[in-house]
Amino acid sequence: MPPLLSVQELVVQYSTLRGEVKAVNDVSFSLETAATLGLVGESACGKSTLGFSILRIVPPPGRILGGKIELQGVDLINLPLEEMRRIRGSQVSMIFQDPMTSLNPLLRIRDHFIELFQTHEPSIKKEEAVARTVRLFDALGIAEDRIGDYPHQFSGGMRQRVMIGLALALEPRLVIADEPTTSLDVIVEAQVLELLKLLREKRRLTLILITHNIGIVAEMTDLVAVMYAGQIVEIGPTGDIFEDPLHPYTKGLLESAPNVLHPEQSMRPIPGIPPDLASPPTGCKFHPRCPRAFKPCPLREPTPMAQGRRLVACHLYD
Amino acid sequence: MSSLVEVNGLTKYFPVQKSSLEAVLSRKREFVRAVDAISFAIERGGIFGLVGESGSGKTTTGRLLLRLIEPTSGEIRFHGDNIGEFSPQSLRQFRRRAQMIFQDPTAALSPRMRIGPAIKHGLDIHQVGSDPERKKETLRMFERVGLSPAEAFYDKYPHQLSGGQRQRVVIGRAMILEPEFVVADEPVAMVDVSIRAQILDLMLSLKKELGLTYAFITHDLATANYFCDRIAIMYLGKIVEVGPREDVFKSPRHPYTVALMSSIPVPDPKHKLQRLIPRGEIPSPINPPSGCRFHPRCLHAQAVCSQREPQLEEDALGHQVACFFPRV
Repeated sequence: MPPLLSVQELVVQYSTLRGEVKAVNDVSFSLETAATLGLVGESACGKSTLGFSILRIVPPPGRILGGKIELQGVDLINLPLEEMRRIRGSQVSMIFQDPMTSLNPLLRIRDHFIELFQTHEPSIKKEEAVARTVRLFDALGIAEDRIGDYPHQFSGGMRQRVMIGLALALEPRLVIADEPTTSLDVIVEAQVLELLKLLREKRRLTLILITHNIGIVAEMTDLVAVMYAGQIVEIGPTGDIFEDPLHPYTKGLLESAPNVLHPEQSMRPIPGIPPDLASPPTGCKFHPRCPRAFKPCPLREPTPMAQGRRLVACHLYD
Repeated sequence: MSSLVEVNGLTKYFPVQKSSLEAVLSRKREFVRAVDAISFAIERGGIFGLVGESGSGKTTTGRLLLRLIEPTSGEIRFHGDNIGEFSPQSLRQFRRRAQMIFQDPTAALSPRMRIGPAIKHGLDIHQVGSDPERKKETLRMFERVGLSPAEAFYDKYPHQLSGGQRQRVVIGRAMILEPEFVVADEPVAMVDVSIRAQILDLMLSLKKELGLTYAFITHDLATANYFCDRIAIMYLGKIVEVGPREDVFKSPRHPYTVALMSSIPVPDPKHKLQRLIPRGEIPSPINPPSGCRFHPRCLHAQAVCSQREPQLEEDALGHQVACFFPRV
């Protein structure tokens, strides 16, 4: 059986005044049903763009330049737009980062759901759409009598529950969550993470969790893909990667994460700053910041090599 | 006690903006009780963390500490002098000695001002030395905050820098007058993790060089644990717990602090989570709950908690908690 999702040699490019920027540069990975993949990296590493490209919603001036994205064996990149629209929401959906700008301030919460149900199933009766929404509210832990409220009447945490509800309403196989708790306070964040875990289990969801929060990756995922400058530098089982990070960037990223239990072992800075993708460094894109850089690093780009259950793109493992 | 800053009964209420129709219909004026009768002291050379969620009143407290806004009641003493009673002249002196580092370096810097003049501005205003001396001092500050070579950065605009570099400019601007006291409001919240520690380490080395005292405002307990030596936990305008960093983190006593700590994701897949998540979300500061403000969400609340307000009580180690049933 093919994996649920397979991404091969994906390239996504933004055309800017300063030149062509490859936000996603030759990325490949696959994902089995019911697994959770954490996509981590710093701002502008391409993790959100990668998420957007799976739904084919890369905002202009970005566009998918090449590669293959297969969901259950169906090639998404070359699908006619009409069919892609049907797949969005019902097969693969997205939980966006900022619930305030993702909800329509003029629509009642209820109407967001009704519109979604009616778009995908034009014959559905309004009563049935409302009944489904009520059932969904119960699963989301939102009181039924809030169904007629407007988004501004909801707190940040409740809005994010609505976003999760909208993403799950049509029971998709794959859900991509882009920093789903970044705008929330810690206690509300914990509540939302617990809700995600519960729903993931109940519905056997496959989840791609895009985040910069290493703590959330440790808590939520089975697999981790570490991105740097548009590329996956290391991918493998979460336990293995935390136990023994192979790529120097992975190691640096894990050590820079704040750890409230062990402050003395955390928050070690990575020297330097992420590269400007309009004029990226030669060879390995991490080499100017890498503590273990040696001869080949500025000269040749490393290719991902298997190391046990992992793939690592680093000359240390050639 | 060698306190640099002493805060007594500090209170700030903001009137709620209503539409004119509502104002006519209801006589009652409503207030957001952002900060409600809090007291604490910041020791000279210390790093005092004000930690809380959105709406806890931590940012309002920070602004009050620098007299960027006026309190509704209560007082703040700096070197023993009430900053609310400063003459215009002493206030000007105070502005030189107490500075602020803002959260969003993009918003804090004028997009049309080159960063050299932006850092030098404080020296100009306070007319420190001659103009060439000020420029020299500014160039030295560039090197100190890690923007090197200084000459290459001096004439740049903020948009030509990365987020981390911009925050270094904001820090340099706060430090150019060699203040004694700096309020830093979420200085690393908008910076990537790998850069975050660089910025905090820079702030620590500047503290050593200049003998600074910091008030550090954050929602991030892990950052507070890394950076502060004393920590106050705020909830809905009140301080619920305050003490030495290690005590507060190793043996939190207020149920809210315990809940907060147990909510933070830990970057270790083998860590067994034992979450004690309180019910619901932080209520409105317009009509805060009676008694202990945390009681409607508290897992240990009893009848007394809704009737009387617990006061901060101190143990032998200087760890204070405002709770009728604190964890021992």
